[in-house]
Amino acid sequence: MLKITNLHAEVEGKDILKGIDLVVNAGEVHAIMGPNGSGKSTLSAVIAGNEHYEVTDGSIELDGEDLAELSPEERAHRGIFLSFQYPVEIPGVSVTNFMKTAINESRKAKGLEEMPANEMLKLIREKSELLEIDRKFMSRSLNEGFSGGEKKRNEIFQMAMLDPKLAILDETDSGLDIDALRIVANGVNKLRSDKNAIIVITHYQRLLDYIVPDYVHVLYNGRIVKSGTKELAYELEEKGYDWIKSAHSEVM
Amino acid sequence: MDLKDKLLASFMAFEEKVDVTSELHDIRMAAIKNFELKGFPSKKEEAWKYTSLNSILKNDFSVFPKQDNAVEFAEVKRYFLHEIDTYKVVFIDGKFSSFLSSTTHDKIDVCLMSSALNKPKYKDVVDAYFNKIASGDETLTSLNTAFACEGAYINIPRKKIADKPIEIINFSTGSEAALMVQPRNLIVVGEGAQVQIIERHQSLNANPVLTNSVTEIFADERAVVDYYKIQNDNLEASLIDNTYIEQKGQSHVSVHTFSFGGNITRNNLNFYHRGERIESTLKGITIIEGKQHVDHYTLVHHAAPNCESHQNYKGIFGDRSTGVFNGKIFVEKEAQKTDAFQQNNNILLSDKATINAKPQLEIFADDVKCSHGCTIGQLDERAMFYMQSRGIPQKEAKALLMYAFSNDVISSVRIPELKQRITKIIASKLGVKMGFDL
Repeated sequence: MLKITNLHAEVEGKDILKGIDLVVNAGEVHAIMGPNGSGKSTLSAVIAGNEHYEVTDGSIELDGEDLAELSPEERAHRGIFLSFQYPVEIPGVSVTNFMKTAINESRKAKGLEEMPANEMLKLIREKSELLEIDRKFMSRSLNEGFSGGEKKRNEIFQMAMLDPKLAILDETDSGLDIDALRIVANGVNKLRSDKNAIIVITHYQRLLDYIVPDYVHVLYNGRIVKSGTKELAYELEEKGYDWIKSAHSEVM
Repeated sequence: MDLKDKLLASFMAFEEKVDVTSELHDIRMAAIKNFELKGFPSKKEEAWKYTSLNSILKNDFSVFPKQDNAVEFAEVKRYFLHEIDTYKVVFIDGKFSSFLSSTTHDKIDVCLMSSALNKPKYKDVVDAYFNKIASGDETLTSLNTAFACEGAYINIPRKKIADKPIEIINFSTGSEAALMVQPRNLIVVGEGAQVQIIERHQSLNANPVLTNSVTEIFADERAVVDYYKIQNDNLEASLIDNTYIEQKGQSHVSVHTFSFGGNITRNNLNFYHRGERIESTLKGITIIEGKQHVDHYTLVHHAAPNCESHQNYKGIFGDRSTGVFNGKIFVEKEAQKTDAFQQNNNILLSDKATINAKPQLEIFADDVKCSHGCTIGQLDERAMFYMQSRGIPQKEAKALLMYAFSNDVISSVRIPELKQRITKIIASKLGVKMGFDL
């Protein structure tokens, strides 16, 4: 489904990604772990098409299509979803109106009619229940004054609404207490299928107890330096990142 | 002959037709003298530093249209709030159109200034209120006063509530090569009375129009007045709006100004407090592009204790458009416990767009809460990426952000159909179709 080849990216002239290779197939969950500053969030932003980052080499393909020339919205229309580490507050736009706009714009791009209002309401009801979100929440301004946990739950709610092919969860566990973590993970698990794939970006192994990955990759200094199965996550939890750092430190 | 000379000459002709023994005659004479002395304002004056009228004053404006012009309702229906029933006071090229209007004398008076100025039964109200707060110093107000003969006259007596909104609409047909009109409105709202008013100036073709409008509003104790100004005119139409509001104790007056189009638009909005526990609300959204210019010049004069004023002006400026916000809050020594708030937020969509923002707080009382804030920025790129990553295209994302930016001004519009109309005008300005109303 997703094929990343020799991906290099920089921001403001600084190299962040220095040759990433990654293949994610339908039905798989991949975890990307790594210490702070290793390039995890950059990788997710680059896949989603954030123009703040410049791809200097390599390619990202989704179902065989090169994404290089596609805008963030075109990538979204093709089924890429990014759950933000820091969701942006948008005062004045309610959660409901935001979702309506997002869904109908995606449908428009696919040549479909707008979703009928009753269908939309049904979908919102169903997915908000999945994430145990109070209905009153839907009329609040998007992310404005939301707690950290509410923001993350709202991200997964949006994922559920948009039903993406490839979801990237960027540090979705940060700022969550254990109950919220369980709700979020439960929501994600219910959305898993053999037709979609998920990339979980996290610092800690904790989330992976709930969203069990098929593969675990360690990103360090802009490269994937180690790949393995979920056992690798336990090893990292136990030993920390220092052994990775010392094995791959560059000569200064 | 330049415009000033032409106006002075026209005044002589105009005065011959009116009753020179009336008190109005004296008011007009004093006004024309002030204009003769001061002329049109220039950029040398502090209050007009950022707004130059030179480019429009060189037009050869007709001061009195030569003929009565009619327009079909179908042609102008879209400028009315036709979704609901309203009272209408409509003028075409400065002259009353009974055909397009819907006036009343049932419990409330919604009619014409020309009647009010000439008929004995209105004399007491006119004597008590006409030209009482319209500033004698301001040269353009004087010019309007000198020629004052037509406009809307609204009188809502004590404890009466206007049963539907009132629309005051001034059309110009372009039958003259260039036209200057000077509407004069008088609005008197009695003790505990309530009214909602929508004002609009609309040019129907591309010939230059200059409107120099004066509106006086008196809100007696506990009166509630909501006033909405829709400025979405074409590129050859310029507007100088001078609005003066006097409020008595516990009255609430709000003025929303929606400036979406026109050549040069200047809004002089003045509030004077004459009592305690008054609330004044001044809000505005400006969305302009091209070389358009919108200037908001506000004054809130706090003269008594325990009053509140809230100002919230938002501006979005594209291309080479220019905006001015000059907000003056004056708090007299007696006006303790004043709560005066002023907020002005601007987004510049282009490197060539300009906003000049200037808060002026003059506070002589020592126990007050006065605050002002001003921001000038671009659209938030993080928010743009966030929305795009959800599949919302750039153009729509931009529009959504601008809506969101303007929302706290739109949300306080108390006529739902008007709120929808404003939302639609914004959507069409931004070239998008929104799937919902905010």
